[in-house]
Amino acid sequence: MLEYKPNMVLSNEEFDVVGSRPVRHDGADKVTGRARYGADTNLPGLLHGKILRSPHAHAVIKSIDTSAAAAHPGVFAVVTSADWPETSMKLSDLAEGAIQNLGFLSMNVLARGKALYKGHAIAAVAASNAHVAEEALAKIKVDYEVLKPVLTADEGMKPDAPILHERLAAVSNAALRPGGLLDDDAESLRTNIANQFEFKLGDVEQGFKDADVIVEKETSTQAVHQGYIEPHAGTAHWQADGKLTIWSSSQGQFTVRDHTARFLGIPVSDVKAYAMEIGGGFGAKTVLYAEPVAALLSRKSGRPVKVQMNRTEVFEATGPTSGTKIKVKIGATKDGKLIAAEADLVYEAGAFPGSPVSPGAQCMMGQYDIPNAHLTAKDVLVNRPKSAAYRAPGAPSSAFCMETALDELCEKLGMDPLEFRLMNSSKEGVRRVTGPMTPKVGYIETLQAAKDHPHYNAKLEGKHRGRGVATGFWGNNTGPASAVAVVNSDGTISLTEGSPDIGGSRAAMAMHVAEVLGIPVSDIKPQVGDTDSIGFTSNTGGSSVTFKSGWACYEAAQSVKKQMIERAAKIWEIPGEDVEYKEAILQHKSDPELKLTFKQIAGRMVPTGGPIVGSAGVNPPGAGPSIAAHIVDVEVDTDTGKVEILRYTALQDAGKAIHPSYVEGQIQGGVVQGIGWALNEEYVYNDNGAMVNSSFLDYRMPTSLDLPMIDTVIVEVANPNHPYGVRGVGEVPIVPPMAAISNAIYHAIGVRMNALPMSPDKVLEAIWAKEGK
Amino acid sequence: MPEVWIPPKLQQLTGGKQQVQVEGGTVRQLINSLERQYPGVKEFLCDEGEEDLIPGLAVIVDGETSQLGMLQKVQENSEVHFLPAIAGG
Repeated sequence: MLEYKPNMVLSNEEFDVVGSRPVRHDGADKVTGRARYGADTNLPGLLHGKILRSPHAHAVIKSIDTSAAAAHPGVFAVVTSADWPETSMKLSDLAEGAIQNLGFLSMNVLARGKALYKGHAIAAVAASNAHVAEEALAKIKVDYEVLKPVLTADEGMKPDAPILHERLAAVSNAALRPGGLLDDDAESLRTNIANQFEFKLGDVEQGFKDADVIVEKETSTQAVHQGYIEPHAGTAHWQADGKLTIWSSSQGQFTVRDHTARFLGIPVSDVKAYAMEIGGGFGAKTVLYAEPVAALLSRKSGRPVKVQMNRTEVFEATGPTSGTKIKVKIGATKDGKLIAAEADLVYEAGAFPGSPVSPGAQCMMGQYDIPNAHLTAKDVLVNRPKSAAYRAPGAPSSAFCMETALDELCEKLGMDPLEFRLMNSSKEGVRRVTGPMTPKVGYIETLQAAKDHPHYNAKLEGKHRGRGVATGFWGNNTGPASAVAVVNSDGTISLTEGSPDIGGSRAAMAMHVAEVLGIPVSDIKPQVGDTDSIGFTSNTGGSSVTFKSGWACYEAAQSVKKQMIERAAKIWEIPGEDVEYKEAILQHKSDPELKLTFKQIAGRMVPTGGPIVGSAGVNPPGAGPSIAAHIVDVEVDTDTGKVEILRYTALQDAGKAIHPSYVEGQIQGGVVQGIGWALNEEYVYNDNGAMVNSSFLDYRMPTSLDLPMIDTVIVEVANPNHPYGVRGVGEVPIVPPMAAISNAIYHAIGVRMNALPMSPDKVLEAIWAKEGK
Repeated sequence: MPEVWIPPKLQQLTGGKQQVQVEGGTVRQLINSLERQYPGVKEFLCDEGEEDLIPGLAVIVDGETSQLGMLQKVQENSEVHFLPAIAGG
């Protein structure tokens, strides 16, 4: 049996550069403080913008009087939603992949007509400094008609519930259309259910009739925040020539450009957006909050304006993930074969349609071979901030329900939980419950690695200690991406790509190029381009960057290689097909005396035909799903209810880890966020819809003192659709932790925790309930 | 002929059929064939200009999510699904 070591890679194929661990190109800037983040933009004449936010969770805005604020000394501009056009509710993908209802998004950036959650932006001020701006905010008079808020999906679905959007165009479509608003003369549907849909496979009724063992359960999860260290910050400068430049911390400079242009009603070519370094995003920085407001203030003031949120604003006004309620029923034969499953998923969207209930449903059973299944799902509006993507959006909550139900089923069947999952795992060609066949993915290999791991086979001794396992599935994304590789005369390469670097992607991109060309990765100088200097690239999100932008870099490098061969052929006056390129040396195939290095040809670029530039624009299919299996040991203090994580091992199919350290970092980060979601984190609201724990003091995220080192195992089952076998890695590690920890708690103290967070008070209550106290 | 899996909400338009076989060498041609056989299906799959799938809808051909949408080629024995597109974090 293989001897496992900490953080090991079960490699499928060795390369020269791919799979190694070079120092990241941006490391020195980041550790010395030179790197420039969202709030680091400072321009001559810079003004500071502050946003007035609704104190009410649900209210009609009857009037806004900004005159006193505008007259306040040091104030240069005051804006409300009246200062920009009403953005069309017509759905548009902007021809470049963004799927947003920009009408709703615009109403989220600055409220129009109604305040829909506490913290909703109402107006903004630009002033000589932040203090003056705050003084001016206090002078804005808003006349509200306060309405009763809807704080949970259960409340929102009641027939007599207050309605958030009177003219909501609710849908029940196969696609999760974010809806829109009905025409003024259309009859109101008066509903908060923005969308409901279903997936069906086989004959569920018969499946349950044939089942020997059935488990039913219901779980609930609370909204949690992505918790990035860096708050949202954006600076905009509307120049005298009508051109707008934006610097911000975002997961996509092209989304910043396109959405801002749409809100302001100007061409995208008038906007140039820079992606600053980003101190975490995890999905929520795919959404705009600060940038359009800064642009509006800049246009009105004629000066550059920076809008920077504080932590309370981040909590109260930017997207957390959804709170959920999920019911599941699963049936198996007595020998352990899953044959039927039913689930109903209800997700809170926040104030506008578009929770991640669709991926939650699609991923809930994605890793299993279940012939009969029926899933129903609802997207429900509530008076909370609009939910935003958070690492594998929707999937952790549905996995919490499914994977704890499977643990109960295994217990009833008397089966080992990993053996059970191996028996029921999906394989290439097996139909998923949503219909399509499963592509090649290493689910079995990952499960087997977990089963063989010393952690799983180690004795766990001691009172109130338990071990849990759970798995996760995520359908990675892809999208359009661009890269340009410019050969310098000293043989180095300046590489420009379009994906903001969140998790070490500059290094991974450079490694694609270095592998193709056989040159040291330190000879590649990667940078993230602004919207005027690189082709369109979709967001850094969906675990897509290494797949799509890596592919673009691979193609750009191939173009450079082809041109290098042509130059050698020209120098030697021979056909190109007679030139062989190997490890950065070009050689005549039949005359070993004719030999030039990559650097030598780079030095002769100009006289042999001019600069060598390789570029690529791609939109590659075949990202393939990702799979994770987690093992966790916990100890429960039955006097206080505190759960301590004793040991944690996360195994994951990465396809091929380009830079294993960054894959391990993604896995460890996802696990830590999952542990926080499992044990502590939640939005706590009072009856009026005000969040009462909007600081890191009261919103408890894990620190290094709470956790052991997270051990990782990278399993490599190459994705056949990528030149090096890459599949996305960033999201799936947050999917299993909550279920794995809940299962471990059960095996420690015999209590099933079906609601998150499993905080000390909740665990204690469950213990008392079990003991009949 | 390629086989199209009909989303549950649209099966009322196909007389309850979950899968139908229709002619076509591209997704666009399949949708046009579907519309001829089952009028009304198209408006749930295509945008108003009929040039693209509606935003948020993905087409999966032989297990792979297409990046070409209506222009995606299909084979004689292809299996085609329409599912909500998954956007990630």
